[in-house]
Amino acid sequence: MSKKITGKVFVVGNDIDTDQIIPAEHLVYSLDDPEERRYYGRYALSGVPEAQSGLPKGNIPFTPQDQFESEFKVIIGGKNFGCGSSREHAPFALQVAGAEAVIATGYARIFYRNAVDGGFIIPFESEEDLVKEFTTGDEVEIDRDNSVLNNLTSGKSYPLKKLGDVVKIVEAGGIFKYAEKNGMI
Amino acid sequence: MSMTLTEKILAKASGRTHVDAGETVWVNVDVLMTHDVCGPPTIGIFKREFGEDAKVWDKDKVVIIPDHYIFTNDKYANRNVDILRAFSAEQGLPHFYDVGTERYKGVCHVAMPEEGFTRPGDVLFGTDSHTCTAGAFGQFATGIGNTDAGFILGTGKLWVKVPETMKFIFEGEIPPYIMAKDLILQIIGDIGVDGATYRAMEFAGDGVMNMDMEGRMTLTNMVIEAGGKNGVVEPDEVTFDYVRQRTDYEFTPFYNDPDAKYHSVRKYKSAELEPMVAKPHSPDNKATVREVINSPLNRAYIGSCTGGKITDFEAAAKIMKGQQVKMDTFVVPATTLVRDQLKTTTYDGETLWDIFLNAGAHMGEASCAACLGGPSDTFGRLQGEEICISTTNRNFPGRMGSKKSSVYLASPYTVAASAIAGKIADPRDYLPEEKVSATV
Ligand code: SF4
Repeated sequence: MSKKITGKVFVVGNDIDTDQIIPAEHLVYSLDDPEERRYYGRYALSGVPEAQSGLPKGNIPFTPQDQFESEFKVIIGGKNFGCGSSREHAPFALQVAGAEAVIATGYARIFYRNAVDGGFIIPFESEEDLVKEFTTGDEVEIDRDNSVLNNLTSGKSYPLKKLGDVVKIVEAGGIFKYAEKNGMI
Repeated sequence: MSMTLTEKILAKASGRTHVDAGETVWVNVDVLMTHDVCGPPTIGIFKREFGEDAKVWDKDKVVIIPDHYIFTNDKYANRNVDILRAFSAEQGLPHFYDVGTERYKGVCHVAMPEEGFTRPGDVLFGTDSHTCTAGAFGQFATGIGNTDAGFILGTGKLWVKVPETMKFIFEGEIPPYIMAKDLILQIIGDIGVDGATYRAMEFAGDGVMNMDMEGRMTLTNMVIEAGGKNGVVEPDEVTFDYVRQRTDYEFTPFYNDPDAKYHSVRKYKSAELEPMVAKPHSPDNKATVREVINSPLNRAYIGSCTGGKITDFEAAAKIMKGQQVKMDTFVVPATTLVRDQLKTTTYDGETLWDIFLNAGAHMGEASCAACLGGPSDTFGRLQGEEICISTTNRNFPGRMGSKKSSVYLASPYTVAASAIAGKIADPRDYLPEEKVSATV
């Protein structure tokens, strides 16, 4: 896993729940079948009300509805990202769409576990609420070694919290790889 | 060293004499539950990681309850049940409750206690966020994702971080127009949808301990709506009676030490509680019913794991008996047992089923139905700009099917009163004094 993540940001608000990340009606597709799994990318974040989708302007779809991949690599949200149901389809959908990291001031527990244990997407936390600091489409760089987020468009930098306990699982690429490495399975 | 009830269960499950909140421990799992939405991907992960011919770690500890997308023509949804069926047959799983058979149950969190899988002192993981419901029995129960569940299927183990406990004490008798749902909506409104993130929420005090198991389940069901990891009520004779009538499994109950350390303790005076709603579009958007009385509505929904149990319908029937609903009202029993009970339980000489039917409600089949929207042909699903009042547990945008709709969450009393009034109504205006305390 590269230590730097670069790309465009997609900005949303507080309490983005799993029904907004992947609406329940789309949970029927196979996660393995390559033809079907693409739909998780298409519908990723499609449940966010239009006006709040891609702040501050809104009305920006995360994935255009004739495509399966998003141009955004990093998602910035406020507090309690990923609340709601336990569906692992949520971090999975973000990964299928091509995103690599989320930055929020806090996460719902199950989303956080799923993101880490499945090796889908890295959930970074920031002390400061960054929703107002970023515009959807800004180019950013996440420097994992130094726990810093750089906004290449504005030139500003923001500290991220250290990943802590879960870093070993993230670095191994998920719970199975971690358990294998440690001789548990 | 003193411990909370949750810490004691996790200590036992990890083979230790003591654990502290904040520690990460590997626990042995007593029960793993999954359903039709998360079961198929869990099985996929299990096979990918442990091999096509791998066997689950313990067949007796795996429970599979299809409940989400049952009565639909959606081909993908039906395929999911086929996958569960094939896996259960291949593995010889005794606890599979297949659709279209005598064994079919309906909503997993209500079926689990019915079938004796919610036991004091045990550790239950489920691929559904409302798995926390089982904490009402003094069990450690929490929701997990498919990868974690796939891992358990192969190993019977999982890591958990020991949560701190927030204690909520209700002092004094609960007034007759107040239901467990009002208590939990009050708490979530007070602490917010992330107010208990990573923590255990314990419910205590005589107001809670005087509740039956179903009332306690309504409390623990919604801890996830405050971000909680697990909910818990100390087990007592009410718990033991319920469990022993359904299983002869040997269990070990745990209790808080008198000097156990809590994250926080909040006290409520039961007598001061008000009927509550959560306004659109968040479970913490609280208001008293009095504050929003007469607000327009055009749909009512009584069902789900938190609001579709027999006691929820007994409550609704007290208000709907002999009345006519003024808007589309959907009644969905959580399980097939609840459906049967609707036909045998009477109030004032009439079965609950007939009370609802005669009031003009639409009667659904036991399942999750429109609680989470689902395929477009799902019973009771919101399709447009409806304003619905519901006994379910989530009202995030689009939760019940349409992003344009709005949902109020409320107790069965408040939903029934509103269905009769055609707008938000206070159950105190609809519950005749002498009937309020009448036993059904
Ligand atoms: S009834 Fe609703 S909340 Fe309960 S398990 Fe089903 S979908 Fe989830």
